[in-house]
Amino acid sequence: MEDKKTEESGRIPGSRKNAVFGIVILFAVFPFIAGDYYVDIGFFFGIYALLGLSLNIVLGEVGLFDLGHAGFYAIGAYTTAILNTQFGIPILVLLPVSALAASLFAYVVCSPIIHLKGDYLCIVTIGMGEIVRLALINNPFDLTGGPNGVFGIDFPSLGGLLVIDSSIEFYFLIWIVVALSIIGLLQLQQSRIGRAWNCIREDEVAAEANGIDVRSFKLLAFVLGAGLAGVAGNIYASKLMCVSPESFTFWESCLLFSIILIGGMGSIPGVLIGAAAISLFPEIFRPFAMFRMLVFGAVMILMMMFRPAGILPRKRGGMGFRPDHGNPVDDK
Amino acid sequence: MEFRTEKKRSERMKRNDNGILLRTDQLTKSFGGLTAVCRLNLRVHRGEISCLIGPNGAGKTTVFNVVTGIYRPDGGDVLFNGESISGKKPHQIVSKGIARTFQNIRLFSNMTCLENIMAGQHCRASAGVWSSVFGTSRQKEEEKRIRDVAESRLRLVGLWKFKDEPAKNIAYGSQRMLEIARALATQPKLLVLDEPSSGLNDRETEDLIDFLKSVLKEDLTIFIIEHDMKVVMEISDWVTVMDEGRKIAEGTPEEIYNNPVVIEAYLGKEEFSEEEGSYDGPAPC
Repeated sequence: MEDKKTEESGRIPGSRKNAVFGIVILFAVFPFIAGDYYVDIGFFFGIYALLGLSLNIVLGEVGLFDLGHAGFYAIGAYTTAILNTQFGIPILVLLPVSALAASLFAYVVCSPIIHLKGDYLCIVTIGMGEIVRLALINNPFDLTGGPNGVFGIDFPSLGGLLVIDSSIEFYFLIWIVVALSIIGLLQLQQSRIGRAWNCIREDEVAAEANGIDVRSFKLLAFVLGAGLAGVAGNIYASKLMCVSPESFTFWESCLLFSIILIGGMGSIPGVLIGAAAISLFPEIFRPFAMFRMLVFGAVMILMMMFRPAGILPRKRGGMGFRPDHGNPVDDK
Repeated sequence: MEFRTEKKRSERMKRNDNGILLRTDQLTKSFGGLTAVCRLNLRVHRGEISCLIGPNGAGKTTVFNVVTGIYRPDGGDVLFNGESISGKKPHQIVSKGIARTFQNIRLFSNMTCLENIMAGQHCRASAGVWSSVFGTSRQKEEEKRIRDVAESRLRLVGLWKFKDEPAKNIAYGSQRMLEIARALATQPKLLVLDEPSSGLNDRETEDLIDFLKSVLKEDLTIFIIEHDMKVVMEISDWVTVMDEGRKIAEGTPEEIYNNPVVIEAYLGKEEFSEEEGSYDGPAPC
């Protein structure tokens, strides 16, 4: 989104810059010309984009199979729901609190399992996600409301000055958060942290042998990813005004996983494409709803056959072209 | 056979304890019932190229893996610069100044050549999440420094033209040089190379030898496992020979080249065995 203009202005070609600018304008104008129903679809597109970005850190950048990501999302949503309904803390104040709660949960839960590899980690994270959901259903300490969930969550507001209660306002809230996250994540991709994550994904042993603290960086990815999922949970809870365990099922984790697979591992534009595929297309093709799973399965198979790296895999390179260095000269 | 003769013999005589950069002391590592390395005492002198040779299965790579922290030793100690590093994690050992390459090249294959080398600078940088997200001026400076070091290393091995090419796309010989450049990007005091010439043709091997000699400066020491005897004799100042997990000889290349025990263990039995006392491998551990 607007991030790309600022971050990569030195090297992206004009056409791509214009495309990014066009997309930003499209996102900004869309809610004023579309009906509330479509604005709400746009909102959920935003939620999935944010969740996709958060899982992209863990799965896309570091290559850790996390099939329990809905668990972190749930922790964020329930933190907001409980603290807001029980103590009346404003939603926007709870935004960072939810992120911290989900991060802390990820830190505590993932510390002991972080050394697991590939499918083993996958199984454990499935278990983690399910434990969170079952715990919510069982209503610990009478906090989570059991299978019914928590009701009566406030709209986000800033002391009466700014009350976010309409579809359009929610749409802008989520997309501003998404845009800020994209800016931050693009910065991270180009930093030593993003590189370290990618190195771990490529070859863990070589990463460790090149001075990368593999364990800490994996944990960092989980903590950051969970934090972003917590933010998504916070906004989701205040939009729906209620949260219930059925929003955070294993199926939800699978959807997030497929966002990354469809878009391309570690590719931020890919996440947006993937999130659109997950949230928009079912709405567009609502008349064919009964075939949805069939089409979904077929699309996944075709993807694996023809574009195994995703629709928009991350392009690398171009890092050597710096204005201050002029054109690169061959050394031979 | 060509021997490395740049160094004066008098200089070699100066080898003493102060000049030892890496030392293993009674180092032992076993896998189940198999003792891969048995009470090994090994020395690597500062500013030299040391070679570790031995027949297949002698435990050379195990020694490297223990030195670089991939394995934890079962006994004994590894001293680097007089400081014990045994049991430390690989990334901690890298930041202490030991960089390594692998026998089967391990690059970050989908990342560009430049990014591969930039990864080597990771342990010499410190930017955290927030300074990276907000792009503070300190982080930008650090990033620029990382790029400059990476660029100089990439130019050093003559691969600058491939800087934006994914590492998996370049030729095998170039991949090996890239891996060495990545190790050099960690700014090591000791460069540990596991069979750097395997899979290279004669010309590439010549280039590699020239490169290693050129890179050997006052502050760099090189420790190599090598199979190619021609390479060993040509580049090493000091050779240690292992067989069945134990050290059977050490010395200058000439000494090793003429050592009957080594010839027997390494190259198989020849006429020596009949003339002198027969050698049946090292004593069992």
